[in-house]
Amino acid sequence: MEITPVEKIRADFLRPITPGNFGKTSRYWVIGLTLLLCWGIFAYIYQLRTGLEATAMRNYVSWGLYISTFVFFIGISHSGTLVSAILRITNQEWRRPITRSAELLTAVALMFGGIMPIIDMGRPDRVANMVIFGRVQSPLLWDIMCITTYLTGSLLFLYLPMIPDIALCKERFAKTGSTFRLWVYDKLAMGWKDTPENWRRLERAMRVMTVMIIPIAVSVHTVVSYIFAMTLRAGWNSTIFGPYFVIGALYSGSAGVILTMSAFRRIYHLEEYITPRHFDLMSKIVLSLTMIYAYFNLNEYWVPAYKMESHDGILLSDLFSGGWSTVFWILQFGTVLLPIVILAIPRGRKPVGATIACIIIVAGAWVKRYVIVIPTLLHPFLPIQNVPASWSSYFPNWVEFSVTGGALAGIFLVITLFSKFFPIASIWEVEEGVHLAKKGLVIPGINTQNGADDRSSADHSNHKPIPAVQEAFAK
Amino acid sequence: MEEEKKSNRRKFLQLTVVSGAAIATGAGLRNAFSEPNSELAKSQNAGESVHALTASGDLVQVDTAHARAVVHHPVTNDEARTGIAGKRFVMVIDLAKCDGCKKCTVACQKMHFTPKDREWMKVFEMQDSETTPSYWMPKPCFHCDNPPCTKVCPVNATFKRQDGIVLIDNERCIGCRFCMAACPYSSRFFNWERPVETPEMALTPYSPEQGYPRRVGTVEKCDFCPDMIRQGKMPGCISACAMKALYFGDENEDAVTNSDGETVRLSTLLEQNAGYRYMEDLGTKPRVYYLPPKNRRYPKPDLDHAASGHAAVKS
Ligand code: SF4
Ligand code: SF4
Repeated sequence: MEITPVEKIRADFLRPITPGNFGKTSRYWVIGLTLLLCWGIFAYIYQLRTGLEATAMRNYVSWGLYISTFVFFIGISHSGTLVSAILRITNQEWRRPITRSAELLTAVALMFGGIMPIIDMGRPDRVANMVIFGRVQSPLLWDIMCITTYLTGSLLFLYLPMIPDIALCKERFAKTGSTFRLWVYDKLAMGWKDTPENWRRLERAMRVMTVMIIPIAVSVHTVVSYIFAMTLRAGWNSTIFGPYFVIGALYSGSAGVILTMSAFRRIYHLEEYITPRHFDLMSKIVLSLTMIYAYFNLNEYWVPAYKMESHDGILLSDLFSGGWSTVFWILQFGTVLLPIVILAIPRGRKPVGATIACIIIVAGAWVKRYVIVIPTLLHPFLPIQNVPASWSSYFPNWVEFSVTGGALAGIFLVITLFSKFFPIASIWEVEEGVHLAKKGLVIPGINTQNGADDRSSADHSNHKPIPAVQEAFAK
Repeated sequence: MEEEKKSNRRKFLQLTVVSGAAIATGAGLRNAFSEPNSELAKSQNAGESVHALTASGDLVQVDTAHARAVVHHPVTNDEARTGIAGKRFVMVIDLAKCDGCKKCTVACQKMHFTPKDREWMKVFEMQDSETTPSYWMPKPCFHCDNPPCTKVCPVNATFKRQDGIVLIDNERCIGCRFCMAACPYSSRFFNWERPVETPEMALTPYSPEQGYPRRVGTVEKCDFCPDMIRQGKMPGCISACAMKALYFGDENEDAVTNSDGETVRLSTLLEQNAGYRYMEDLGTKPRVYYLPPKNRRYPKPDLDHAASGHAAVKS
């Protein structure tokens, strides 16, 4: 019996989450991550007991790795919005197999990003004061408002298109799944019945969310930048920090999407769905964002460097030719210009090239956040005089590395566990894409409703065999 | 539970002896007064009792062994947040007189039990440009009138009072250190470690006006000694200055006083000496004025031997 494309898609995407399909490597990977996470939690408990003295931060560098990581994680979380929302709005057909992993990365990075400032707090026991005595005039409150809104939004954005897939999982694993698993599916499917009315509502909710999530995402990184830009400090006192941070977030976030694509493609053998064409198109997006980012970098450094105004001048000399120059120039040439070169040549946009370029971008983005936070704190207006040596320099110590490493492991862990529990791509959307391709309806602006109705009629008998799948994605 | 215990202790510590007779007869208590919070007084005088008035107005009888002299009344949190009515406190620092002896720093540290490395009042060795001579610059918190630090505080733990003073409520601060990042003058310090407290310090009720007992994970800085002002005394640094370089007073009265008790007109002092505020261009409107380092009669600081850090601003 020949299997239909729909059956093949379902089989391919349900395979990784089929109960019992938890290989040895996955097991070691999950155990390893859990250990790292536990070690991070242990380090944090140590920090709680000792006070922030346990970190390398002191009175001049009063923000360190935690706040840099906060900015970095929140930046990565802009991935989902870009890929999903923008590509959805513009009806980019090729988005279908990669939206979910992008949205997942957003939600998880955001969760852990949001934890970082709490880890950084001197008195986490008083976190409720933010609500009891909260002052809306403080940029920190804007952060809390924007990040919680964005987190709610992106969880919804992740969850809504999952509902039909969860219903499918519930049906497929009714016999094989554990009670717990079925209970989760049952609750999350929210009584999805596959009726036209169900589909109509889902489509409408998705349309609203897609439009809303974009301005919310922009607001988030803008107010993150305000934590710095609203101060008078040299290097932070900048009017372009809002857009600079937003573009920096999109640049690192979209690179993050390529990395998730690349990982899931290999691990779950999705080569048929996530094709070189996806890498090529995503790479072009990353390329243009990197170029815009380079342009912002130029503005951020060159404009004050031309004037060399007193305190900005001291900071810039230190960045350009002082103690920070090595890392500064590695960042500018190595993690901004080099990826542009790699991604500009067609071979660099193949899966391997794009993955390498994006690893460089993501790592560079993290270090860049650090180089935004620390040098400014080390260049106060009044000279640093007669202070203990530990105050006048900074490098994160084992506690900070452990806690941050734990958070990173946490991100990987949640993504891994998610991908073992729920389909890592939106099955129904991929199927819909096949239907549209078959009907010749892959034209921007056409309402995808048709495909949905088609699917809900549950008439799969007249589908073309397997080649249709490749046809839809490998063009 | 913890809160309750604290407030009981506070009530207890606010006991004020009213009865003159009690003081006359209670020799032991006098001892306790002369040696506030002394463990010695406690052990010697157990058994005697005196009348005392609580802050709420009740007359109570207490054992002298438990009586502690009240150095001053800690004001309520509301009072500490409003400030002293009708006042606008200012400080004037005469750089021509300061010889960098750092007596102000030491006095401040003693008064506020600050750890050695934390200088609320810090004396910098400054050199504005390569061609101008270096000079000493004592720097407290400027208690800015447009304070970048209080603007950013998410919980209103640091605040500006009507008398001009900027304070921190260490029992509300969440330790986000946003104010430290925002203060352009590095005036703020963080309690990174768990504070080491003497039994006396632990017994003192907390008030934002004196800033101790310290709380781990919160921010502290120069507070212009509002507790001293309430007692009609000068801030610690002012009285300690051997060169009479520091003046403190009230802008509304247009008068400032130095350690010698010499009171001068603020406006005249600033006018005749070309008084200025540090980094006026930032628009923070400091409440601390400087008089330029002209005609100094002490050797200039030896910047070559200054500790780490580049020497001030080179313009
Ligand atoms: S000197 Fe700094 S801490 Fe003091 S009021 Fe001004 S900004 Fe705030
Ligand atoms: S550290 Fe404390 S005082 Fe400073 S901004 Fe945060 S909560 Fe306010």
